[in-house]
Amino acid sequence: MQSLLSLFPLGWQHYLLGGLLIGAGTALLFVMTGRIGGMSTVFSSTWSFVVQRPFFQQARFVDSRGWRLVYAAGLILGALVWWLGLAGGQPQATAVPVWQLVVGGFFVGYGARLGNGCTSGHGICGMGSLQLPSLMAVLTFMATAFLTANLAARWLV
Amino acid sequence: MTKVNFSRALATLAAGMLFGFGLSYATMVRPEVVLSFLRFQDWGLMLVMGGAMSVVMLTYQLAPRLMARPVLDDHFHKHPSTWNRDTAVGAALFGVGWGLCGVCPGPAIAGLGTGNWDLLWALGGIALGALVQGLRAK
Repeated sequence: MQSLLSLFPLGWQHYLLGGLLIGAGTALLFVMTGRIGGMSTVFSSTWSFVVQRPFFQQARFVDSRGWRLVYAAGLILGALVWWLGLAGGQPQATAVPVWQLVVGGFFVGYGARLGNGCTSGHGICGMGSLQLPSLMAVLTFMATAFLTANLAARWLV
Repeated sequence: MTKVNFSRALATLAAGMLFGFGLSYATMVRPEVVLSFLRFQDWGLMLVMGGAMSVVMLTYQLAPRLMARPVLDDHFHKHPSTWNRDTAVGAALFGVGWGLCGVCPGPAIAGLGTGNWDLLWALGGIALGALVQGLRAK
C-alpha cells in the first residue's frame, strides 16, 4: 500500500475526482447532444472562419465549428469557477520556458490534427469507445512523450 | 436561434464547464504536473485519464442502448478512428510536443480560466501547428 501511494507524492484523490468530472463532461455532451467531445478539432474548425482553403472548409469543420467554440468557452468558464471558487484566484504561472511552450505547442497542434486526436480525442473518447486505433495512437504519443520529457529534463534544464 | 439550438448550446457549455473544472481540479492545467508524470515522478495523470475514460466508456456503451436518441438531437454521433501513416506520425509528433511543453489542447484552453497567461504561448503554438497541418494537407 505504501509503495502504491509513493506513486502519488501529491495525493491521488484530486486526480481521480478530476478525471471523473472530465468524463462526466464528455458524457453529458454525448447524452444531451450525441456529440463526441474531443478537444483538438476546435483548433482546425476555428480556422475555417478565416481560411478559405478546401481543407478547412470541409463539412466536418464548418458544421461543428460553432458548438466546438461553445465547448471551449465552457472549458475556460469551468476552470474560472475552480480558480475563483477553490484556488483563491491567485494568478498562476509556469516555469516552463516560453520557447518550449511555443515549439512544444506547435508540435502538439500539428501532430494532434495530423493524427486526428489528442489526449482527450484518442485518450478519452477513442479508447472510451473501444477503438483499437485510438489505443495505438495513445501508446505511440505516450512513448514519444516519455522519451522527449526525459531527454529534455536531462539536456535542457 | 431556435429554442432547441439554445438548449443544445447551453448543454454544450455546461459539458465544457464540467470538463474544464475537472481539468483544473486535477491540476492538469499545470504543465509541471504533466511533465512530472512524463518523467515518472507522479502517476496521477493515469488516474485522471483512467477515471475520465471509465465514465465515458460506460456512457458510450449504455446511452445508445437505453435511449433511442440523445435528449436534444436525433442521433448519437460516431467518430471512428483509423490507424494509418498519418495517425502514427501525428501521434508521435504530438507526443514530442507534449513532452516538451507539458500542455495538451484541453489544458491550453482551460488554463486561461486560471489566469495563467503563460499558457497563451502554448495556445498560440497549437493554433499555428493546426494551421500549418491544414495548409500542408491535400
